[in-house]
Amino acid sequence: MAHEGKVWRYGDNIDTDVIIPARYLNSFDPKDLAAHCMEDSDEHQDAPFATNVVEGDIMVGGKNFGCGSSREHAPVAIKAAGVPVVIAADFARIFYRNGINIGLPLLEIGDDVKKISHGDKLKVDPSTGVIENLTTGETYHAQPLPGFVQEIAKAGGLINYIKEKK
Amino acid sequence: MGMNMTEKILAQHAGLESVVPGQLITCKLDMVLANDVTAPPAIKEFAKIGRPVFDNTKIALVPDHFTPNKDIKAAGLAKTVRDFAKENKIKNYFEVGRVGIEHVILPEKGIVAPGMCIIGADSHTCTYGAVNAFSTGVGSTDLGVAMATGEAWFKVPKTIKVELIGKKPKNICGKDVILTLIGKIGVDGALYQSLEFAGEGVAELTMTDRLTIANMAIEAGGKNGIFPYDKVAEEYVKGRVDYDFTPVEADPDAQYEKVITINLSELTPVVAFPHLPENTHPVSEIGEIKIDQVIIGSCTNGRFEDLEQAAEVFNGHKVHPDVRCIIIPGSQKVYMDAIHAGFVDIFVEAGCAVSTPTCGPCLGAHMGIMTAGEKAVSTTNRNFRGRMGHVDSEVYLAGPYVAAASAILGRIAVPEEVE
Repeated sequence: MAHEGKVWRYGDNIDTDVIIPARYLNSFDPKDLAAHCMEDSDEHQDAPFATNVVEGDIMVGGKNFGCGSSREHAPVAIKAAGVPVVIAADFARIFYRNGINIGLPLLEIGDDVKKISHGDKLKVDPSTGVIENLTTGETYHAQPLPGFVQEIAKAGGLINYIKEKK
Repeated sequence: MGMNMTEKILAQHAGLESVVPGQLITCKLDMVLANDVTAPPAIKEFAKIGRPVFDNTKIALVPDHFTPNKDIKAAGLAKTVRDFAKENKIKNYFEVGRVGIEHVILPEKGIVAPGMCIIGADSHTCTYGAVNAFSTGVGSTDLGVAMATGEAWFKVPKTIKVELIGKKPKNICGKDVILTLIGKIGVDGALYQSLEFAGEGVAELTMTDRLTIANMAIEAGGKNGIFPYDKVAEEYVKGRVDYDFTPVEADPDAQYEKVITINLSELTPVVAFPHLPENTHPVSEIGEIKIDQVIIGSCTNGRFEDLEQAAEVFNGHKVHPDVRCIIIPGSQKVYMDAIHAGFVDIFVEAGCAVSTPTCGPCLGAHMGIMTAGEKAVSTTNRNFRGRMGHVDSEVYLAGPYVAAASAILGRIAVPEEVE
């Protein structure tokens, strides 16, 4: 299924402490986490993410997105904020696993992220990895997920995958 | 084709003769770990699967992040873990007063051993590479599934060989080695890859040095960091690990993505500036940076030898009037040993606060949160924006020698500057 949404653009090395600060990890209710998502970011402070995100908006980061702590609360917070897909040059590996496991599609497009600006409108199809930038008219292609990882994504996450396998 | 240490452990646990980088495999796990932050969501996911725990002797639940409970919600998380541990008769569950920081107590108690395949819902699970294990951090869903199945999927990583040469000078510790490496290759320098430490310089490193180095492999983006099983490692696991284990060594023709050489004899004390661990600078070149707080402890530097180094510097000195210095032994054993060695006397005499084991300030949870404009020197592992409190506070990462000297002088300093 393709998603159409406005871009929240972030830089390189967005760490999970910025995505959801540890002071909020005393809850793992997705709604609580979404309310504080990206709260410590120094980007978009004039219109902070948590209070301005609209269901369907797309998050785009630079390289090493999601580095740091293994807290699954980070992709959960992004997903619960209404973001259906995250695009980055590349992802830190635990964040990448966590995204797949909780059913939040993550697309890696390398240097092509530099062509995407804050506020651009994208049409993204996670199943094909095709990203259309409706603002600039460009198209980018993400690497497809390897092997059975694609099946985990298709099942909507690891728990469903394991239950289906059983 | 030969295999390196990580490939050997992964192949063995996947039931395969050999593996190659990029291969997707499913491995049997020898230990799965979670803490008070990551276990509750893992337990929720585990319950959805509807199976019993795969082995109650191979699950470790260590409530260390928000304990002693920092607030009512944290107390609820701790209770969730406690109730689950009781219900499932989890062998390695540790209550406050007996608990320590997960990555300090698991090696200390011999719960992790050479050749093991381990996952933990904590990014610093990579610490156990110091004892020649494959161990890596995962999220709560992976952990919940592992508690039910005893298995996890992996993509076999490419491996970077870190060749250590030369002699380690005095006042240089594991933290200087790993911060220097991360400064060289960057916070994504080992992204999706394994770091394998090798070379004659390995013998120069104590077990504490190795635990610190492997602990921070994740700060270079690494999947794991692993050390060979040598005399130092053998000495360490002896008397701790009371079951059979199989160490691994790299084949002479093992394949590596690249080789990075670090000459230990050229190292100087370093500090990593905010807001990334890759912002490494020699302390001798940074000028005067005044500080408000010093933290000595954490899964990176909360072991006996770390406190010994701090005590050596503090002996007979006082904490600077403008500085709060908080010292947190990583385990009850470290705490007790530090008391018996007289370190705690030295710290309290110097004007340090000495706390029960907790991750506390490292992640900005409790026990040393900073307000806007404050700066800390910390022996912890991350200096991200807002990591230790307010978004406009700053964390400088260093080893225990530099942290203690900085506490005394009120600015970032090396021990030679004290007196």
